[in-house]
Amino acid sequence: MIWNAFSIALREIARNLLRAFLTVLGVFIGVAAIITMVTLGQGATLAVKAQISSLGSNLLTVRPGAGFGSRSSSAGVPHFTERDAEILGEQIAGIAAIAPVRTAALGTIYLSNARSSTVTGTTPAYFQINKWNLAEGRLFNEADLRTGNAVCVIGNTVRRELFGDDSPVGAKIRIGRASCEVIGLLAAKGQAGMGDQDDTIVMPLSALQRRLIGKTSSHDISQISISARDGTDSIALIAEITRILRQRRNLHSNQDNNFNVFDTRQIAETLGSTTQLMTMLLAAVAAVSLLVGGIGIMNIMLVSVTERTREIGIRLAIGAMAGEVLLQFLVEAVTLSCIGGLVGILLAFVLCAGLSRLIQVPFNFNTEINLVAFLFSAAVGVLFGYTPARRAARLNPIDALRHE
Amino acid sequence: MNAPGNPPLIELQGLTKTYGTGDAAFQALKGIDLTIRAGEFVAIIGPSGSGKSTLMNVLGCLDTATTGTYRYQGIAVETLTTDQRSLLRRYALGFIFQGFNLLARTSSLENVELPLLYRGISRRERREKAVAALTSVGLPTKLGNTPGELSGGQQQRVAIARAIVTRPSTLFADEPTGNLDSVTTRDVMEILTRLNVDQGITVMLVTHEDGVAACARRTVLIRDGRVESDVSR
Repeated sequence: MIWNAFSIALREIARNLLRAFLTVLGVFIGVAAIITMVTLGQGATLAVKAQISSLGSNLLTVRPGAGFGSRSSSAGVPHFTERDAEILGEQIAGIAAIAPVRTAALGTIYLSNARSSTVTGTTPAYFQINKWNLAEGRLFNEADLRTGNAVCVIGNTVRRELFGDDSPVGAKIRIGRASCEVIGLLAAKGQAGMGDQDDTIVMPLSALQRRLIGKTSSHDISQISISARDGTDSIALIAEITRILRQRRNLHSNQDNNFNVFDTRQIAETLGSTTQLMTMLLAAVAAVSLLVGGIGIMNIMLVSVTERTREIGIRLAIGAMAGEVLLQFLVEAVTLSCIGGLVGILLAFVLCAGLSRLIQVPFNFNTEINLVAFLFSAAVGVLFGYTPARRAARLNPIDALRHE
Repeated sequence: MNAPGNPPLIELQGLTKTYGTGDAAFQALKGIDLTIRAGEFVAIIGPSGSGKSTLMNVLGCLDTATTGTYRYQGIAVETLTTDQRSLLRRYALGFIFQGFNLLARTSSLENVELPLLYRGISRRERREKAVAALTSVGLPTKLGNTPGELSGGQQQRVAIARAIVTRPSTLFADEPTGNLDSVTTRDVMEILTRLNVDQGITVMLVTHEDGVAACARRTVLIRDGRVESDVSR
């Protein structure tokens, strides 16, 4: 009887291809939309998290000015001294590494290629704090720092712009007014929340001060990068840093901080929760499309209910039992919904693979959302395919035949 | 075929059918007593709204009576479950409707095979029987045509083939020629007569055309839900 119902159902599907197609389409759009949206959203969340962690975990940044992003308030505020960084490193046990940073935007030239780059002068600890890995050559060391050698390590973007695909190691580039030997190439990190991290040139602080711009004042450190020891309470650490810096900058108790301490973990959490929110919004939009798909299926079923009720009447009149007719309709609805669901999953897979490459987020096949979307739309299809049939099969054959 | 000695096939006693309830209730059948023997060819005639189609639907188990008894081959039909009535239709009864009631977009062959499918008959046997039935109604060349590609007379002949392919003991025809012209009407009536005479199938026919009723050997006139006359030739 089941096989019989199955073969009758398949014939009915083949006979009404347009109706079958429209039903399948409803399921298919809903499934594809929700899977694609959720998968891409999760990929974006993962990507953001990966980029944040590439900034360096437990990374604290001290900048002059009252708050992060409020540039106007940093105008006229004294920068830090190298000694500030040393004292912080000596006095606070929770600090694993500390590096004073001075940056300058300078023109760089190699052969006929020229561009403007942000040049960072710092100490060797900088690489460890900011999780920079070396792709080629070597990093500068304490000896380079002491002697103020004109050497530099460049990021991948600078390499691409100045050297193309060639190895930069050993070449001399002109930075500002001095010639500088490239001793190393940093491994690429990619885009982070604040722009291209690979567009960077790093050199010994002493070299930047002496050879490129000249030491103008002792307060020439625009930023102090700190990595905290694992397990350190960052709030206590920030308080300690603040206390020492206030003292060194002679701030009275009634004066506000003229510097700020910025914790990477905070942005990580903020950005993480933002992308999660975005994923949920996308999922909500997709859920609407699933719903619209379901309504589409319902419409097709309701429009065809007159024809189908007559069909049920005919089948009953020639001796089909109500159960046999219902089984046929159930098989039809399940078959169409499953086809729609599977095709939807397939399209979602293709879309996710393509789009994730396009917008550069990782693509992880999410079994759960595939299953949920499939089951939901299959349920919608079966419900709307089966319910009108159930009503019709309960009628007297003659009433089903007369259905207008 | 005259069948005075045959056992009763259909026995009706005090059969009534009421549509609706309360003030809106309408009694279409007001107590029908009728006995039909196997092998008879009966025409049920009467004016519009007399209840003849209602009677036919109750006899064919497409509808149920409100009160009274209906015995088919001794079985009390009103005691049967819905599924048992389905099985009675499947194995004993055949139907022909005024509006043909063929499945749309479905070939003649598949339409005729349909009752056999519910009987669980094998694919090959289904096909053989369906082709034979379509041949017997004169449509051996229209196997693959859908109802939309056939004339009214051809569609009705497909419907007859579908009704007789299971070799039912009784064939119910409700205004089978109501939508047909005079030439095709004659074709259809010839087929029904032949089925009755050659195969001994009991035929019950509802019609309002005197020419069609003349094919039958017994004419039952229904008026206002009651049997007014019952004449055999």
